[in-house]
Amino acid sequence: MKREDHSAITAPGDGEPISHDQHHDGIDRRGFLKCMAWVGTGTFCVMKGGVLSSYSLGALPFRAHDAHGELSFVQISDSHMGFDKPANTDVVGTFKTAIDKINALPVAPEFILHTGDISHLSKPAEFDTVDQLLKPASAKDVFFVPGEHDVLNDDGAQYRERYGKGAQGSGWYSFDKSGVHFIGLVNVMNLKAGGLGSLGQEQLEWLEKDVKRVSHSTPIVVFAHIPLWSVYPEWGWGTDDSAQALAYLKRFGSVTVLNGHIHQIMQKVEGNVTFHTACSTAFPQPKPGQAPSPGPMKVPAEQLRSVLGITDVQQVQGKHALAVTDSDLA
Amino acid sequence: MNRKKWLVAIAVLVTAITIGASRHIFGASADGKAATPVEVKIDNFSFAPAVITIPAGTTVRWTNRDDIPHTVVSDDHTTFKSKVLDTDEQFTYTFTKPGTYSYFCSIHPKMTGKVVVQ
Repeated sequence: MKREDHSAITAPGDGEPISHDQHHDGIDRRGFLKCMAWVGTGTFCVMKGGVLSSYSLGALPFRAHDAHGELSFVQISDSHMGFDKPANTDVVGTFKTAIDKINALPVAPEFILHTGDISHLSKPAEFDTVDQLLKPASAKDVFFVPGEHDVLNDDGAQYRERYGKGAQGSGWYSFDKSGVHFIGLVNVMNLKAGGLGSLGQEQLEWLEKDVKRVSHSTPIVVFAHIPLWSVYPEWGWGTDDSAQALAYLKRFGSVTVLNGHIHQIMQKVEGNVTFHTACSTAFPQPKPGQAPSPGPMKVPAEQLRSVLGITDVQQVQGKHALAVTDSDLA
Repeated sequence: MNRKKWLVAIAVLVTAITIGASRHIFGASADGKAATPVEVKIDNFSFAPAVITIPAGTTVRWTNRDDIPHTVVSDDHTTFKSKVLDTDEQFTYTFTKPGTYSYFCSIHPKMTGKVVVQ
């Protein structure tokens, strides 16, 4: 893993005010955020009993017992299996590298979350390839949500057949792991002309009911493909009706929102909610407004793996925010 | 008399040829064939030209020059709906009825366009 200054690619999104210690609960959010600014370079941040510790993965031998949490999982995203244009002519190879990185993590993840655009053209062979490539992963359980590239041609019927067993509607569902409540949302269906991502009324009603039975002290993780916050609406990087979803989550002490779609790391903290978007394992996209369109961004071949990545998430005894660490594939 | 009739016949023939030729040049034809399609290029997450104005009976042809797949779908999702177009794939639709047809890419809904049929 390269220890380079990734600030050009991974600097947190700017412009939004960040709240510090709003709740006077001793949680050092300012320190946490300063730490988060370095995560792209391979820094591992752990919250333990409200106290933030950071470990540099490159410089020190990693002390796994210090960072051992109660729950550990990995997010991968935007594998775009089947993509073969100049930005990356070997998406199979870079996906394999991502699996190798997962398998090399000091704390083996319990499961993997894939936040969508599994395939590039919703072709059966593309889904099959991803399934095969996931087999050697140390984590055997994989939970998916679809991206817009996964529901082409058939309103997502194939996606649901493969990955949506037990899910409702267009593929939303929830589950519990080690005291954390996970919610997979679908915001890539029934998109309206000129609009952004969309959750829809049926899903929102389901969400309201689903979280009613969950205690406010249970950490919540929401995962969906398109960002649930307004990253850059001009490029479709946002969800029209996410505010309502977030309103249902207001009473919870710790909410982590994990998204994909934009092929770069962006982070925002708003009260008790931490928003985080992941790198793609296939190709990067430009930062908002820094290119005519959000298409695949070509970088020199030797740099490609440094702008792709995986995200490791740990929950440590001590409630509140989960520790989110990004690493590249270099 | 014969000469006059002959001149009239030639005049009618020339007129008919001219009308036929001009219908061909302006892209309208009674049986819808042999008309040049109007081209719309899909590139950089946009349709270009975004708005086109055409006479009824014209065929429009969209070509995806982007390195990402797109679709061409009328706002009502029924009037016309392309399959997914990968790079260099095309979709054509012939607009027979006058009206304004707004459309978008169903994968990237911020991409919108309009066909005005007169």
